[in-house]
Amino acid sequence: MARTTLPFRTALFGFASAAAIALNSGPADAANKTLNVGFVGVTSGPAAAWGTSNVRSMQTLAAWLNEKGGVKIGEDDYKINVVTFDDQKDPKRAIAGMEKMAQEGIHYVVGPNVDDGAAAVRPVAEKSGIIYFPYAFPKELYTKPASNAILGMVANYQSAPAIYKYLKEKRGVKTVAFVAANESDPLSQRDGGVAAAKALGLTVVADRDTYENDTRDFTPVLTPIVKLKPDLLVLSGVAPANAPLLIRSARELGYQGLISTETAQDAKVLEEGAGDLANGFISVGGASTPEIRSKTMEEFIDRYTKMFNEYNDESNTKVYALEYIVDTLKANPKAIDNVEEYKKTIDTFSAPNLYLKGENVLRYVGMTSFGQKRQIAVPLVVNEYKDGKFQTLFVADVD
Amino acid sequence: MEQVVANGLYLGAQYALIALGLTLIFALMNVLNFAHGQMYVLGGFVTYELYGQMHLPFVVALAASAVTLAVLGGLIERFLFRTVIRRSKREESTMLLAAGVAYFLDALILLLFGEKQRGVPKIVSGVWVSDNLIMPYDRILVGFLAVLFIAAFILMMRYTKPGRAMRALAQDRVAAQLMGVPVEFYSLVGFALGALLAGLVGGLLVAITGVNAGIGGPISIKAFMMVMIGGAGVISGAIAGGFILGMLESVGLSVLHSYGDVTYLVIFAALMAFLSVRPNGLMGKPWG
Repeated sequence: MARTTLPFRTALFGFASAAAIALNSGPADAANKTLNVGFVGVTSGPAAAWGTSNVRSMQTLAAWLNEKGGVKIGEDDYKINVVTFDDQKDPKRAIAGMEKMAQEGIHYVVGPNVDDGAAAVRPVAEKSGIIYFPYAFPKELYTKPASNAILGMVANYQSAPAIYKYLKEKRGVKTVAFVAANESDPLSQRDGGVAAAKALGLTVVADRDTYENDTRDFTPVLTPIVKLKPDLLVLSGVAPANAPLLIRSARELGYQGLISTETAQDAKVLEEGAGDLANGFISVGGASTPEIRSKTMEEFIDRYTKMFNEYNDESNTKVYALEYIVDTLKANPKAIDNVEEYKKTIDTFSAPNLYLKGENVLRYVGMTSFGQKRQIAVPLVVNEYKDGKFQTLFVADVD
Repeated sequence: MEQVVANGLYLGAQYALIALGLTLIFALMNVLNFAHGQMYVLGGFVTYELYGQMHLPFVVALAASAVTLAVLGGLIERFLFRTVIRRSKREESTMLLAAGVAYFLDALILLLFGEKQRGVPKIVSGVWVSDNLIMPYDRILVGFLAVLFIAAFILMMRYTKPGRAMRALAQDRVAAQLMGVPVEFYSLVGFALGALLAGLVGGLLVAITGVNAGIGGPISIKAFMMVMIGGAGVISGAIAGGFILGMLESVGLSVLHSYGDVTYLVIFAALMAFLSVRPNGLMGKPWG
């Protein structure tokens, strides 16, 4: 029996392999006018919402641009194809994902979503000539001699001082407690937050409390912290899946103070997981609010919602990376397969920001934090959760 | 201190219920069911859909979680494990199959229910507060139900015909077969019961901790820890393991919190030392 089925299986496998190779042929392959843009990030597990909002934003924008006939880069029209890879928040898989992008000749990749993944892919990206847009905060990725990573959002060491200052001045916060998952991202964000709080003259009453990222019941973790009665409890680098559980446990233990984080969150997840207990929770939001967003952003949100039956506020930020890639390539078509050309364009690049009302421009920033322009300019929006929705607390600029 | 003890007892009750199904399957079939956590997750999502989305009564959703997983467990035993056990003499074949089932269920759950954390409305509102203890009513209820289910399971194993048959099977499969116990049937019943317990606790805890597609693996690891502490294949061992782990977590997180995340480091170090002294865990051999 096995002898008769083996050739068929072999043939089937061979056909499938050939088809897969054919379907994934080279990225900026001018012959078929397809610009392949990669995504390597987390789309499963507790932090899945971060990567999913990335992928969906890219797919929504790509579909929209393709519907309009593609994008004109130099003399050629390109359809945009998004090639995705779920790294499961595992640095080893992130490396495999970046290698896959390199093998497919892709030069522009969005992600990874976390610090260790972004640090892990750096050698592959630099060796393979890939510009990548991490949502990770280690400064080494963006300061010289590194030059291939461009931060795709506002870093916690940029947002934390603004948030704590606001809460100190407007809500009378004097004492702060920090709790973080025992992983590199949350721990480095906690350390940055502690430094920012101390610099503002706040009293840090707890800065060593941690939890395992797969914890399901946070009551034992929060019991000793709640006893300290801090004015503000900071959930450093908290994953969207854990935020409602932490908030719920803290509130049920009788905690009355403010709760905040410097990571983006998902209103639906908060509503389902913590309900009214999440009211007043402060987080960094997507780079758009009803007050500042343009009709283009509204149409993007509408298209995204129709495509995926829901919307994630964080996608207001995540839409920008692909937009920056496309517009920078338009500004310098030679960069289509040459990242050194892309880097030359970064310093002087400027294009209209269609997602904001008024005369705003897309530009690269980061001189203050990194000494070179390795960050995309997006507004810093800080939200407060209320009854299933985020409300804008304040908007600020970076750099 | 009262709060720490209460937290530990609550954690212990849910942990014990998680570990029961795993140890039952191991005892009956000598199978390390790596898919136990994924079965827990599936049970959670069934309750999420029925109670959280379709607004059916929580009890109905919980029963549906249990029945769904029992049926799934029965099918997995009948068409996968029974076949592999019959055809393969090597024990690792069932381990590989269990790992394959775990990955399959992970992918299936992700496809069916998405990647996001999901939660349901509280089954009971309000918090019980005293001078030294704060405990939400829903946790009290869930803890009570967990203990009730554990008690019902023990009574079933001790006093019913299927329970006696499964105990006989666990003690000596060949002897049980020679005594006329239909071993294949009770293997199927046992696997289905183990899966039912996973689904039941998944459905129960979705009301407290919610559920997401990625937590199956960590749940399985924790369940294995409890079984290792108590002794593989021993019901009382699984219960003891669950309560010991729950209490260690609660006390460790309270006493050691100012030293950073050392609680699990200490627990794992203690577990390694303990297993080097008692490799069969607290309760030793199957059923006994």
